[in-house]
Amino acid sequence: MMYRIVLGIILIPLLGVAQEKEREFAKSIERGEVIYEDFCMNCHMPNGEGVAGVYPPLAKSDYLVKNLEKSIYAVKFGLEGEVIVNGKTYNSVMAPLGLTDEEIADVMNYINTQWGNTTKKMLTAEEVARIKK
Amino acid sequence: MKSICVLISLLVFSLSACAQQEESSVKAESPSTINYTVETVVSDMKNPWGMAFLPDGSLLVTEKEGKLLHVINGQKIEVGGLPEIYVRGQGGLMDVELHPNFSKNKLIYFSYASAEGEGEGGNTAIMRAKLVDNQLKEQKVLYKATPNTKRGQHFGSRISFDRDGFLYFSIGERGNRDVNPQDITRDGGKIYRLHDDGSIPKDNPFVNVPNAKKAIYSYGHRNPQGMIVHPVTGAIWTHEHGPRGGDEINIIQKGKNYGWPKISYGINYSGTPFTEHTALPGMEQPFFYWVPSIAPSGMAMVSSDKYPSWKGNLLVGSLKFQYLERLVIENNSVVKREKLLEGMGRVRSVVEAPDGYIYVGIENLGVVKIVMK
Repeated sequence: MMYRIVLGIILIPLLGVAQEKEREFAKSIERGEVIYEDFCMNCHMPNGEGVAGVYPPLAKSDYLVKNLEKSIYAVKFGLEGEVIVNGKTYNSVMAPLGLTDEEIADVMNYINTQWGNTTKKMLTAEEVARIKK
Repeated sequence: MKSICVLISLLVFSLSACAQQEESSVKAESPSTINYTVETVVSDMKNPWGMAFLPDGSLLVTEKEGKLLHVINGQKIEVGGLPEIYVRGQGGLMDVELHPNFSKNKLIYFSYASAEGEGEGGNTAIMRAKLVDNQLKEQKVLYKATPNTKRGQHFGSRISFDRDGFLYFSIGERGNRDVNPQDITRDGGKIYRLHDDGSIPKDNPFVNVPNAKKAIYSYGHRNPQGMIVHPVTGAIWTHEHGPRGGDEINIIQKGKNYGWPKISYGINYSGTPFTEHTALPGMEQPFFYWVPSIAPSGMAMVSSDKYPSWKGNLLVGSLKFQYLERLVIENNSVVKREKLLEGMGRVRSVVEAPDGYIYVGIENLGVVKIVMK
């Protein structure tokens, strides 16, 4: 009995925190969708499929999974030079978009959870802020 | 029998009501032989958004991230005295144009995204300044669109002077499709006309409409990033980005409504329709429309005799397919489309210089000159 009460005292707040985090994540993804349509969709297309030979896909992209920090860096400061995504080489330029750290976290959270991408961990503005030029 | 007719007409109606897009009547093709060569005149640029040649043959070219370069014999000199530029999404330092009387008054005009004024975000602004020893002096904001918004798209921003010395420029609808373009009391989705000092011409179409933005010359546009004065007729021609399909070339007439988003040959990026109309009374039809979209930026009409076989052709940059499109016009319609400069990069700007040559601004490259073989 005592054991159960103790467990309850420990678990209930933990569950609350977990739920709160879920809600935050969902909200971030929702904000990220607007940013995506606004800043990314023109080139990376509505379903993250990209354009063959020109703009790499974001849907099921191995690059995103393997190089999260580099991906954040690209959104923050732009990207030049060769990248290999899902075995194909791309050599275009992405200009820096002028997004805030929070907006970058939001749009990355959106991208990382759409079109077959299944990241469970929420990216925060603080983590984006830590990526420096 | 009657019921079969009803059934058939119902079927036809339901089919035509789907988001079926009508492709452009003329398709772009690659030339069978390439009869021109390309020389790089400015290298190492990220995004040469706008260009203007000075009477001495040197070149002013903008770098979208917020630099104005004066290129003299291939040497880049950065021009000082730019205003603060709001670099975000599609916005930055954009077009540049000379006053028709530049050789005497040294005045230049440029468009840029500006955060000036109330509210978070930015909107398109037009500045006039005097170019003295690679410094901007006597800077004056001639127009600043409102309200500021954090949306990243559709700043428009092409500038042209017509033969009577009026200043025209475009401002896109800033990602606010259903609010801005059809409302003449709001900025965005418009072509504007001003005097060279920024004052409103007395015969602008909406000067007597209460609350209207008096600088508006035409409305119902999406995002015009190409504008020229036709070298023969003197008319203002523009082109604009559609959504998925439905890029347009328009010949601008005073006070007219070009229909966005009430009529369009395009559909949403997601593939769903936003209007069932391609034509409605009181709205202008485009001179030409592109389906699929080429994402047009920059425009020139060949008038010099450096390109005898291209004379009177329209040149339009394609951001999406990365080529320069040559459109042959006969009897007031497009009869042929050809891809030039294929595979060199996103074509952002194109001008015919006073020396008669065509110069093309290409992203992640710089400026190239086209010379006939």
